[in-house]
Amino acid sequence: MAIELTAEDEAMLAGERGTAVQMSMRILVTMAGVYGAGRLLDVTSAHIDGCLYHGESGLEFAERLVAGGAQVRIPTTLNVGAVDLLHPEHFQGSPALAARAARLMQAYEQMGCQPIWTCAPYQAMHRPVLGTDVAWAESNAIVFANSVLGARTNRYGDFIDICMAITGRAPAFGLHLPENRRGQLLFQLQDIPERLLREDVFFPVLGYLLGETAQSKIPVIEGLLPETTEDQLKALGAAAASSGAVALFHAVGVTPEAPTLEAAFQGRPSAQTIPVTLADLRQTLGKLGTAADGAIHVVALGSPHFSLAEFAAFMPLLEEYPPHPAVEFIVCTNRLVLAAVQQRGWLERLRAMRVRLVVDTCVVVAPIVRRQGGVLMTNSGKFAHYAPGNIGFEVVFGSLEECVRSANQGEVWRDVRLWRLEIGD
Amino acid sequence: MQATVLVAGTAVGEALVLPEPLSLWGGLNPETGEIIDRRHPNTGQVVTGKVLVLPIGRGSSSASSILLEAVRLGTAPAAILTAEVDGILALGAAVARELYDHSPPVLVLDAAGYTAVQTGDYLQINEDGRVDIL
Repeated sequence: MAIELTAEDEAMLAGERGTAVQMSMRILVTMAGVYGAGRLLDVTSAHIDGCLYHGESGLEFAERLVAGGAQVRIPTTLNVGAVDLLHPEHFQGSPALAARAARLMQAYEQMGCQPIWTCAPYQAMHRPVLGTDVAWAESNAIVFANSVLGARTNRYGDFIDICMAITGRAPAFGLHLPENRRGQLLFQLQDIPERLLREDVFFPVLGYLLGETAQSKIPVIEGLLPETTEDQLKALGAAAASSGAVALFHAVGVTPEAPTLEAAFQGRPSAQTIPVTLADLRQTLGKLGTAADGAIHVVALGSPHFSLAEFAAFMPLLEEYPPHPAVEFIVCTNRLVLAAVQQRGWLERLRAMRVRLVVDTCVVVAPIVRRQGGVLMTNSGKFAHYAPGNIGFEVVFGSLEECVRSANQGEVWRDVRLWRLEIGD
Repeated sequence: MQATVLVAGTAVGEALVLPEPLSLWGGLNPETGEIIDRRHPNTGQVVTGKVLVLPIGRGSSSASSILLEAVRLGTAPAAILTAEVDGILALGAAVARELYDHSPPVLVLDAAGYTAVQTGDYLQINEDGRVDIL
């Protein structure tokens, strides 16, 4: 299929704007063909995932762009790197690896990207508005931008992200086009106790179930409370984008493109309705863990990066149940939140209780955990999904309170009322 | 049979058919070519030199980096055939072509073609997207 290019696109492709722009445009044109896009469109912001070190090849790519004079054309933020640049001592890998990872982060800064180093840019003041086309990478950021903000991005990844930031252009396909944002599967919550709908732990479990079933389709959820919080939607999306390739979900009465069920499906009926019961959720809960309840060695929170609101819920629990000295306790967040945590006097308390705050990176993408293997407990669906393969830990999944109280006693503590049909039954 | 070409190229290899989607990030070790997602039914199998046949990728958008790194280290599959278009895998291959002048071809099979391929079949992938079972 022929791709219709503007005069400026042609100039970029011909090398008139430098070799970095030319290589970027060549990759974009190839990808437009892959996606069957007939043209490119303007994007107003970008979020880049390519700054995370995966090996020499990614560094070669970035440094080739820098050498070719690359500068971003639109406001662009950076996702996590492999190194906590504020606290480099957190990195447990070899110094040579740390140096290459930091060199990669530097290359992206040199191209004019904003070094916010977070997987939750939407909670670090990068918030595109409803209906704008953007070029975002990082699976949880993509699903948040589309679903919660109503901005329009496809599931972009490393390399194409910076190509779009350098050219300000994206292939016109998929979720950039309003007609493709229609819901495809209806998930109907059935007889879920309202108490559970307010619990944070409900959302990663629901998200994991959604991702497994919907895969790359657009799920619509009916039955969430209108007061569902942004952090709850963040946890839902991150889990759905881990177990599946979900890039957009609609929650009726909650997310901006789904004021009504009809709106979520753009006026047409759903092809398929899937009931979600408490029994289904309990089954998914079982899949999130790989280890039986027993001793734990590490607790990791903050995937996506912990927000200030999450710290506000965490701090009183931690004061009541300080971690056992044998348990390694890590929270991943971004620099803005870290500054706010410090301002509130919480950082001192966290240090006193040996809780490590990690910024710029996270525990499943870089060697941060000191212990080699064992059982890691988390309240994050994304950590639970990736920790076994990426860093070789068995996983126990639980609520925030379950994580904190388990860390306190060195073995899993369960809140038995959480997943019951009703309290007392 | 005829497949849709996302990134063109030629290859010959033994098919490894994955019954479930796989995220290469967290799912494939580019140093060994081994599937490391322990929840995946093909965990422990090696993709190097195989024609990897899978429904689609999934999960993290970093999968293209893992494919590129696998190309650099020589552990990549010989070709990738999917049932649905997976742009993240195609992108990894497109960038490999820019940096290293070669990459596994990435193609999409139609429903009939996809179900015809079995693990252990020897497949030949042609530049024009024709896939022959040898």
